[in-house]
Amino acid sequence: MTSPVVLEAKNLVKYFPTVSKGLLQRSTDSVKAVDGVSVQVRAGQTLGVVGESGCGKSTLARLLMRLLPPTSGTVLLDGADITSLTGRELRAVRAKIQMVFQDPVASLNPRHSVGQIIGTPLKFLKENSASGAKEHVQELMALVGLNPEHYNRYPHEFSGGQRQRIGIARALAVGPQVIVADEPVSALDVSIQAQVLNLMEKLQRDLGLSYVFIAHDLSVVRHIADEIIVMYLGKVVESGTPKDVYSAPSHPYTQALLSAIPLADPRAAGTHKRMVLTGDVPSPIDPPSGCRFRTRCPRAQDLCALEEPALIDRGQGHPVACHFPG
Amino acid sequence: MSELVLQVKDLKVSFSTVDGVVQAVNGISFDVRKGQTLGIVGESGSGKSVTASAIMGLINRNSADMSGSILLGGLDVLTAQEREIRALRGREAAMVFQDPMSALNPYYTVGKQIAEAYEVHHPNSSKKERQLVALDMLAKVGLPKPSECIDEYPHQFSGGMRQRIVIAIALVNNPRLLIADEPTTALDVTVQAQILELMMSLQQEFGSAIILITHDLGVVAEVADEVMVMYAGQTMESSKVQTLFDAPSHPYTRGLLGSVRSLDNSERGALHTIAGNPPSMISLPGGCPFHPRCEFAASMNGLCSSVQPTLRVLPTTGSESACHLNDDQLLSLGRGVIHD
Repeated sequence: MTSPVVLEAKNLVKYFPTVSKGLLQRSTDSVKAVDGVSVQVRAGQTLGVVGESGCGKSTLARLLMRLLPPTSGTVLLDGADITSLTGRELRAVRAKIQMVFQDPVASLNPRHSVGQIIGTPLKFLKENSASGAKEHVQELMALVGLNPEHYNRYPHEFSGGQRQRIGIARALAVGPQVIVADEPVSALDVSIQAQVLNLMEKLQRDLGLSYVFIAHDLSVVRHIADEIIVMYLGKVVESGTPKDVYSAPSHPYTQALLSAIPLADPRAAGTHKRMVLTGDVPSPIDPPSGCRFRTRCPRAQDLCALEEPALIDRGQGHPVACHFPG
Repeated sequence: MSELVLQVKDLKVSFSTVDGVVQAVNGISFDVRKGQTLGIVGESGSGKSVTASAIMGLINRNSADMSGSILLGGLDVLTAQEREIRALRGREAAMVFQDPMSALNPYYTVGKQIAEAYEVHHPNSSKKERQLVALDMLAKVGLPKPSECIDEYPHQFSGGMRQRIVIAIALVNNPRLLIADEPTTALDVTVQAQILELMMSLQQEFGSAIILITHDLGVVAEVADEVMVMYAGQTMESSKVQTLFDAPSHPYTRGLLGSVRSLDNSERGALHTIAGNPPSMISLPGGCPFHPRCEFAASMNGLCSSVQPTLRVLPTTGSESACHLNDDQLLSLGRGVIHD
């Protein structure tokens, strides 16, 4: 359990200024997409990031990838600060950290053959000779379970699951240590999701990869993650091992998320007590004072509006950001 | 047995495209009764949404070949005049679509959109009356402050609230059948729970029958009474919901159940998968459409690749299954053991 930390984020903050009306378009408000999130990803392990739309999980992914500059905070890759790198230096970092996207249709260029798609990162990030590239690409295709003979085919000739395999092969091309996967199976059919998850686990074992695995689906994350963080409105509300989070959820939001999952067992459907949250997620432009979950929380008290709960262990054995965990 | 609301018999729908004929729905039959919830489960391309569109009379007859019959409200939707179908839509059957963003008109207030749906079947109603109906529906689907919401536009609402509005429009004429095509797929899981709960409580109140189309077996387990499993435009299995989960009687159903990740299962072992990909709907494999992905097809001496199995009732469970395995073999699927 004590493998070294590969990727670390300290107190990451990302505010997107909103464009106001008027001549100068001066902005006074901002969307607080990620607000003070710290994570650690260990070598060969998977960090699962869970939350609903608008919780900041995709922004977090882009911050870790350095596709977005953070408003404040630092990102460390292998102990080196990559927060303010640009140009050539940033490109060198990209060879170590790669991304797999949610939509396998939109994330592949329809006018490029599979060979080009998988080969492009090699061309830009590794100074390989053109001759070795094709062989390498075909090895990668075989590695992710694609037929290497399909090197010259185009994305539309593949099914959704196969396209996601192309996306994974492209991410693997430069031999990264870390792969940030933003909802990699959400757009796939159930039977295909299982195939892709199994592939990702196999690649992790064989290549010693670290994953940041983002999902809105708690059951997917439970299957694949070693550590989990649960996010709500730009903040981490609970973190821990899958066992901590699933067997002993202590934050009311985690509890509600878990109880909202439909169980594939009609008998349990009658008996299991559901905690249905009322209302919607508040605007991230003007989040509630104190605890951000308090407007929908069944346990909220006066203290929750006054003081923001810190993400610390309150006797649960894992960190929870709630004044009244239980 | 309660009253029959919908009867679909041997429905076939195919579309001609430049690449060939797409056989989207290939001979499916089912009944829906009052107060019942039928779940239709299948992966992308299994023909479940085309079936829904066909029932609503939304498929253009000039662009598709359709045969069989769809009996709804005393009419056969496949042969009825457009004018007659328009009288059915909303009143006999109404639909809730997957994407609440694109199902609502961004230019009209939500009140106007509910009132418009009401006006179609109540042409002599007054504006005041329609306004009251819209207010009432907004309250019924659980929008806070209906009197304010009524004059707001779709973009002012969240996804879950928009889906509530779509449901209000669907139910405003008190239809006997509500077809919900992946109603919660675009929504977050906590919002999904809210919407499913709402649909079930409204079903109690309005007594509608529901066809719930989904790819999520968890959703089916929560709300359906009967389940039909579709693959490549055909029914693979049709069962009571409890039976489907206890004793799946088709290898495809078993594969689907195996691919579902259980929350109780804390082991990190490999997930059960169904090998391969769904077939092209233009060139379906011969025999059983599932045979190239089926783990049992190899031991059947080529039967599965040459003869298409027909649906038959298994006497022990009452399920219908379209598979060449014998009854005993099908019954043992749930236990994961197959006898030779």
